[in-house]
Amino acid sequence: MSRSLPRLSLLAALWLAGCAGDFGVPAGRTVIRYWDKWSGWEAEAMRAVVDDFNRSQDRIWVEFSSTSHINRKLMLSIGGGVPPDIAGLFGNTLAVYAENNALTPLDQLAQEAGLGEEAYIPIFWEICNHLGHLWALPSSPASLGLVWNKKIFRENGLDPDRPPSSIAELERINDRLTRRDTNGRLQSIGHLPSEPGWWPAIWGWWFGGKLWNGEQMTMDDAGNLAAMEWISTYPQRFASRDLLSFRDGFGNFASPQNAFFTGRVAMVLQGPWIHTFIEKYAPAGFEWGVSAFPTSDPARLGTVTLVETDVLVIPAGAKHPREAFEFLRYVSRQGNMEKLCLGQRKFSPLREVSPDFFAKHPNPHIRTFLELAKSPQAKRVPPFTLWAMMENDMKQAFGKVWNGTATPEEVLRQVQNHLQAELEKSQHRWSRLAGILQKQWSSP
Amino acid sequence: MTSMDCRRLTTGLCFIAPWLVGFLALSLYPFLSSLYLSGCDYSVLAPAVWIGPENYTNLAQDPIFWKAAGNTVLFALVSVPLGLILSFLLALLLNADIPARGFFRTVFFLPSLMPLVCLAVLWLWLLNGDLGLVNACLRPFLGLGNHLFGASWAPPNWLQDPRFALAGLVLTGLWGVGHPMVIFLAGLQEVPRHLYESADIDGASAWQKLWHITLPTLSPVIYFNGIMALIGCFQVFAVPYVMTEGGDGPERSLLFLATYLYQHAFEYWNMGYACAIGLFLFCLILGLTWVASRLSSRHVHYEGA
Repeated sequence: MSRSLPRLSLLAALWLAGCAGDFGVPAGRTVIRYWDKWSGWEAEAMRAVVDDFNRSQDRIWVEFSSTSHINRKLMLSIGGGVPPDIAGLFGNTLAVYAENNALTPLDQLAQEAGLGEEAYIPIFWEICNHLGHLWALPSSPASLGLVWNKKIFRENGLDPDRPPSSIAELERINDRLTRRDTNGRLQSIGHLPSEPGWWPAIWGWWFGGKLWNGEQMTMDDAGNLAAMEWISTYPQRFASRDLLSFRDGFGNFASPQNAFFTGRVAMVLQGPWIHTFIEKYAPAGFEWGVSAFPTSDPARLGTVTLVETDVLVIPAGAKHPREAFEFLRYVSRQGNMEKLCLGQRKFSPLREVSPDFFAKHPNPHIRTFLELAKSPQAKRVPPFTLWAMMENDMKQAFGKVWNGTATPEEVLRQVQNHLQAELEKSQHRWSRLAGILQKQWSSP
Repeated sequence: MTSMDCRRLTTGLCFIAPWLVGFLALSLYPFLSSLYLSGCDYSVLAPAVWIGPENYTNLAQDPIFWKAAGNTVLFALVSVPLGLILSFLLALLLNADIPARGFFRTVFFLPSLMPLVCLAVLWLWLLNGDLGLVNACLRPFLGLGNHLFGASWAPPNWLQDPRFALAGLVLTGLWGVGHPMVIFLAGLQEVPRHLYESADIDGASAWQKLWHITLPTLSPVIYFNGIMALIGCFQVFAVPYVMTEGGDGPERSLLFLATYLYQHAFEYWNMGYACAIGLFLFCLILGLTWVASRLSSRHVHYEGA
């Protein structure tokens, strides 16, 4: 005991020192706490930019933490009055944070820094603005396209460099690529809307549908209905039970058993991150291509895609908003942004891109994803507070149609009624708070 | 009050202070706070706006809430009796004078030590429709049935099929019968031997001994295990949450009140509505526990009472 006491005291002193101050921070720096949702290579890419920033000046020190379940933790930390100074979020959550007074508006800071929409590809600037205020700056963006397995195309007598140009052609190819074993069990398929099934709410976009018109929900419009009818053809053609059994045999997305990597599904809707997973988990020599996901009517609908971006925000109540914005501004400079996006294997949200960026980029299809994001028909998640609920409702609607327990009309009517009622509640809530919050946000 | 009484009171309060502070700060305050917030439009970060009973009237008209409530009650109705019967039968078997009794007791108790998330991931694979062990065991029986009756039965896709998902979760829940089993075992060892000896002398059968001696003597233990299982079922969250990857399961068949509360509180930012769901759940558990305690006054026999 007499020996261990000094050791315990030393440990306690170190622990207290750790609690009291910021260990390893050069003297005289203002410490900025930065939480981001990313882990793995994406976190490492941001960490490298943070290290560059910390070396580039002697006033501010950014402490980067990779934080799981960031939405929940950020909400509680803001509510508790101890938020980080910077947080990295998904752009589709900005509306809900903004309308709940959880963020610091950046209008004035951006104006002072001379940062404006002219620097960004328009859709990314739009994502960062809501209710007439700027809430975030984009970090690394993404778009969605059709990713196909060229080897399977070739083996089935198709041109491996010619992806389907319409939904009708996608389904013709789908039929051609579908294989069953001697017992009639599905072995492989061309395309399956449920694999990986991450965006059940937006299939209607490729059929001319809209989720809302800016004021009211339009979940049961003709385009969304056409999409749901398209989905309902799968259980009819392949038998619902066979599809469930087939899908049960798929491994996790981030594993060598991913159905796309094993060749069980030949075409998927995916974003630029797929490249990293292919490098890591797909068999050597995996040949793949990227193009726009086909629409039901190419001449009328053009190139449709979902565009998303990660964003950097300054939570409401952050202790050092000006210093935090210094870092946001640093990230938004072309060289730093390109370093980040190269590290995260994404494209840059800036209009200006150096020729080196594409030459160095490991993803051979990154230009295609960038072009998709620039399409006039590129769409973003609706800027309202109901996105999480909409995703959940549409996942359920998809499931019912997939299992054949409800018709497309029925599920879309249910979703429309539910979400319209929730939208009205949300609009009512906003009407109670708008006056107070707008005044607060506009005051310097 | 004399100075002695005062000192005693202070000493007593100091001794219970850790519990008292914990109760006031971590139980009573959150409870009263959520009672107030259930009458507000509140999202944690924006100021709370008093809206009276609106959350409750919305709750009454919310079909998803009723689906979640129905699932929760159905899960409790199936899971509680099944878990009690199974754990009681296991305890009876492991109380018998069999070789390697200690080993078997450990083996049956061990699974209940598994963390809930691991349990959920493990059962995801066990219940896999294509490759799962449960279906691998079912296939020969179903094959025999198909052969004998000319049917075309196939094992279910447990967690993908809305008709079987809840049953899959009940199966998963049975993995944790080790805890009530140990409590039953302790109870069984407290049953006075002389009652069995008297029954033997009177020529009672094993069934009569079980029905007239074991069960009445164990009734406080059955009551305790029943109430704990009931509360556990009404609060079920982690396992279905992991199994459905944070979702509701096929056609919301694995959506429970606790999950729905969580969704509104932390995903939809409707903390006021979530508080209303929480209070409904509280009243439901309180009501059922009250009913159980009323029933218990007639059927539960305490030694010396």
